[in-house]
Amino acid sequence: MHISVNVDGVTYADEVEPRLLLVHYLRERLSKTGTVVGCDTGNCGACTVHLDGHSVKSCQMLAVQANGHEVTTIEGLARDGKLHPVQEAFRSNHALQCGFCTPGMIMQAIDLLADESDPDDETVRKGLEGNLCRCTGYQNIVRAVQDAAQRMKPGAGPKQEQHSDEHVSSKQPVGGE
Amino acid sequence: MTATAEPEIGKARLRKEDARLITGQTRWTDNLQLTGMLHMAVLRSPVAHARITNIDVSRATAMPGVAVVLTGEDFAAEQGSLPCAWPITEDMKSPPAPAMAVDQVNFAGEAVALVIADSAYHAADALEAIDVDYEDLPVVLDMEEALRDNDLVHPDLGTNKCATWIFDSAEAGVGTNVEDEIASAEVVIERTFRQQRLIPAFMEPRSVVVDTTAGMFTVWSATQIPHILRWMLSAVTGISEHKLRVIAPDVGGGFGGKLQVTPEELLCLLVARRMGRPVKWTESRTESMLSAHHGRDQIQKITLSARRDGTVTGLKVELLADMGAYLRLVTPGVPILGAFMFNSIYKFAAYRFVCTNVFTNKVPTDAYRGAGRPEATFAIERMMDELAVELGMEPMKIREMNWIKHEEFPFNTVAGLTYDSGNYEAATARAMELFGYDELREEQARRRSSGDVVQLGIGISTYTEMCGLAPSRVLGALRYAAGGWETASIRMLPTGKVEVITGTSPHGQGHETVWSQIVADKLGVPFEDVEVLHGDTATSHKGMDSYGSRSLAVGGTALVHAADKVLAKARTLAAHMMECDEADVEFASGSFSVRGTSTVRSLGDVVLAAHVAHDLPEGMEPGMDADATFDPDNFSFPHGTHLCATEVDTETGMVRISRYVAVDDVGTVMNPLIVDGQVHGGLAQGIAQALYEEATHDEMGTLTTATFADYLLPCAADLPAFLTDRTTTPATSNPLGAKGVGEAGTIASTPAVVNSVLDAVRHLGVRDIEMPMSPERVWTALQGRPDPGAGDVAAGGLGSIDAQGGQS
Repeated sequence: MHISVNVDGVTYADEVEPRLLLVHYLRERLSKTGTVVGCDTGNCGACTVHLDGHSVKSCQMLAVQANGHEVTTIEGLARDGKLHPVQEAFRSNHALQCGFCTPGMIMQAIDLLADESDPDDETVRKGLEGNLCRCTGYQNIVRAVQDAAQRMKPGAGPKQEQHSDEHVSSKQPVGGE
Repeated sequence: MTATAEPEIGKARLRKEDARLITGQTRWTDNLQLTGMLHMAVLRSPVAHARITNIDVSRATAMPGVAVVLTGEDFAAEQGSLPCAWPITEDMKSPPAPAMAVDQVNFAGEAVALVIADSAYHAADALEAIDVDYEDLPVVLDMEEALRDNDLVHPDLGTNKCATWIFDSAEAGVGTNVEDEIASAEVVIERTFRQQRLIPAFMEPRSVVVDTTAGMFTVWSATQIPHILRWMLSAVTGISEHKLRVIAPDVGGGFGGKLQVTPEELLCLLVARRMGRPVKWTESRTESMLSAHHGRDQIQKITLSARRDGTVTGLKVELLADMGAYLRLVTPGVPILGAFMFNSIYKFAAYRFVCTNVFTNKVPTDAYRGAGRPEATFAIERMMDELAVELGMEPMKIREMNWIKHEEFPFNTVAGLTYDSGNYEAATARAMELFGYDELREEQARRRSSGDVVQLGIGISTYTEMCGLAPSRVLGALRYAAGGWETASIRMLPTGKVEVITGTSPHGQGHETVWSQIVADKLGVPFEDVEVLHGDTATSHKGMDSYGSRSLAVGGTALVHAADKVLAKARTLAAHMMECDEADVEFASGSFSVRGTSTVRSLGDVVLAAHVAHDLPEGMEPGMDADATFDPDNFSFPHGTHLCATEVDTETGMVRISRYVAVDDVGTVMNPLIVDGQVHGGLAQGIAQALYEEATHDEMGTLTTATFADYLLPCAADLPAFLTDRTTTPATSNPLGAKGVGEAGTIASTPAVVNSVLDAVRHLGVRDIEMPMSPERVWTALQGRPDPGAGDVAAGGLGSIDAQGGQS
C-alpha cells in the first residue's frame, strides 16, 4: 500500500506491506532508530511516539494507519539544537539509566503535560502507567516530569518550547520524497 | 586547570551518557543494518520435555525470502556445549548444553530450528511452516519431587541432583558446630521459605549481529560481558580468539540477565560463518521471557538457635536451588554466592550451609540482581523477625543486640569472611529518625486497638552484602573458572585530552560519567576532556566486565592505579623539564611546580613533551600512557538499614507501601546522583519480588507469564516515593573507599516489605504469606485458610511455608 507520512517534519512517501507495524516502518525504513521496541503486547511503552500531537504506541499501530498523519519521534523534539524541556528535565533529574525506555517515557510525559500543566506525584505516576522502566524505580522520572512542568510554564522559556503538542500539530509538513 | 578547583569525586555530575539517550542518538544492537544482512528467527519448543522425532522444514524452506532453514542436526557437529564457568564441586553433574536441541528438548522455549531470511518478517513467517513432531517425556518441575529421581530431566546423568555444596563453620575452623548449638539451645526456630522464580526483564530485548567481512568475525551483542563472551565463543566454536571481536554497544539494562553466553549468540555466529554474510537476531519480549535465563527459585529451610535473652547462637541453612534444564555460565554458583551472607551482620557462633542444586525442565536460572545475596538476606531478616515474635521482643532490639558493633571491625565472620568496615548503629539511627519509627509504632497500636480495616505494618531489613567481585584467589578456591581482577588504561593525547579504556562494560550504570570524574580528580584535567571507551574488545582488549557491583570497587581502582602511573612518569619528566630534583616537584590542580619557586609546567605541557620526545630523560619511553590491573584482596561490604511501612487492607488484601526509608552505607560516593538512582532502581526490583513478580508454569511446564501483561513488572503507580539517605564508612579494601551500590537496594528491600506486611497482620493470626504477596494471597491468609499456592507445584511458587508444611 502507498502511504504518505510526515515524520519529524519530513514527508515520506512509501510502498509498505499492510501488516508493517508503524514502529518497524520508523526503524527499518526511515532509520528512526531512536524509537525502540521493548515488548510485543503494548505494555512497555518504549515505542511511544506522537501521532498528530498525541502519544501512541507505535508497536500497536500499522504504518498504513499513519497515512496522512504527522508523527513526531524522540528524534524530532529538539529544535535548532535546543532540547525540549522534558528532555532537559530528564537529564537534570537523572531520570534515566540504561535509557532504553527513555524515548517512550519522554514522549508520554510530553503528552501528559499537555493535559496537566502542574501534575502532582500521583497524577504523574498514573499518567505514566503504560510505560515501564526497569532501572530507575520511577522516582526521578516523576521528579523530572514535575520539573519539566515548571520549565514549560508560561514565561519559563521560548514559546516554541513551551508546548510541544501545540507546536507539532500546527507545524506544516516540509521536505519530502 | 579548573577541574580540581573543587573535588570531582563526590560531585553530582549530570551524566555524559544522557545526551545521546534523551535524543534517540543511540546505538542499540538492533539498530545496526549491514549490507547483505540476513535475519535469523528461532523456532522454540512449545513443550518442556520431549524427544524430537521429526522436523519437516520443506514448506518453510520454500517460503518467500527464506535463505535456509536449519535444525539441531545441522549444527550437531559444530555447536559444542554452552559453557558453565563454575563447576562448584568436583563431582558436579553437568549435562551437555547444546545451543540448539538435536534430538531432545528439555525446557519449553528451547531452540529447535532456525529460519534465515532476507527480512525479520519473512523469517518469522517461515517459522510457522516448520513441522516438528515431539514424543512427550515426563515433565519434572518441582524440586523436591525431582530429587526423588522418579523421572529424570537428563536420563544419562542418572539423577536430577546436580551437586551438593557445603560450608561448615566448625570444619572451616571459624566457628563452633551448629548441631551442638541447636541441641543446647533455649530456643530453636525452623522455617521454610520459597524464593520464587523471577525474570530479570531488562528493557532492551537481547539482540545479536555478526559480521563476517574484514577477515574476522565481529559480534555485536546486547551483553554485559563482551570480554567473557569473546573468550567463551572462541572456546566453543574453535574460532581463534584473535579473529573474534565482540562489541557491546549501548546496552539497555542487564541486571545479571545479560551476564550470559547465550545459545543465540553462538547460533548467530555459526550461521554467519556458514552463510558468509552478516546475520542479525533480535528477540521478541516473549522469546526473552521464555528463553533468557531466570533468577532466584530456591527453597530455603532455615534453623536458627538462640538464647531466651535473644542472643543468636547457631544458623543452619539447607537450600534447594533450581538450576532449570542446563547449567549456563554461572548457574550452579549463584546460590553459593549467598552462602557467605546468611549470617549477615549478626554474630553467630556456628553456621552450616548445605545447598543442593537440582535439575528441572525449566529455563535455566542464573544471575539476577543480587545473585544469591537477596535470597540470603531475605532468609536471615525473616528469621530475625520470627525470633523476635517468638521471644516477644522488639525486632530492632533483637537485631541490635546481635549485630557487629562498629568498634569490632575488621570482623571475621562465621562464614569465613572479613568485614573490613561498617557502622550499623549509625545507619540504623539515621533510618529510624527519617522513618519516624516510634510514631509509626504508636499509629500501628492505635489501628490495632480500634480494629481498623487498614492495618499498619513496619518492616525492618538491616542488611549487608558482599560486592566488588572478586579476589581472584577466592574465586579460584571456589572453583570459578576465571579471575576477578579488572583493568584500565589511560591514553594521554598530545592535545591534553584523555582517553580512558576500561574493562568494565556499563549498561546503564553511568561509568562514562564516573570514570571521567575519577580521572579528572586524579589528573586535574577538565571532566569534559575525558572520553571513556568500553565494551569493544578491539579497543578494550582485556576486562572482566560488569556484574556483582564490581565495576567501581575493582575497575575504578584499576583506573586510579593507572592515573597514579601517569602522574609518576609525568613527575619525572616535569622535573627534567624544570631542571630540578624530582623530590622538589609538587603537583596540584593539574600543574607541576618546583617547590618554593614560580616555575610551573602544566600536565598538558608535560604530556606534549612526552609525545614529541625531543628531550626525555635517559631511558624514558616516549608517551605518557599507562595501564593498570587491579586484583582486590577482599570483597567490599555495603550495609544499611531499610524500613518499610505498609498499609494492608484486611478486606481486600491490598498492600500499599506508605513509607520507605533506605539508609545505605556504600562507602565513599563518587556521584550521589548516580548512587541514589541505583538505590531507587534496586528498591523497585526488590519490592517487585515481595509484591508483584513471579514466573509461573503450568503442569506441562509452559511458562504462563511470558508477556508483560502477565509478568507484573511494577509501573510508576505501583511504587512509592522512596526516602533515601546515606552514612559513609569507607571501604578499606580499595583506595577509593567505594563498596558498591548496584545490588544493595534489591538485596535489602524484599525482606523489609515482607516483614512489614506480616507485621500488619500477624496479630490477626497470619504466620506467613508467600511471595509475591498479591492481594489474593494476603486476603486468603487473612481468612485463615491454607495458601492456594501451597502444595501446588505448578503455581511456580510454594511461597513461605513453615516447618510443618503449611500456614496457620
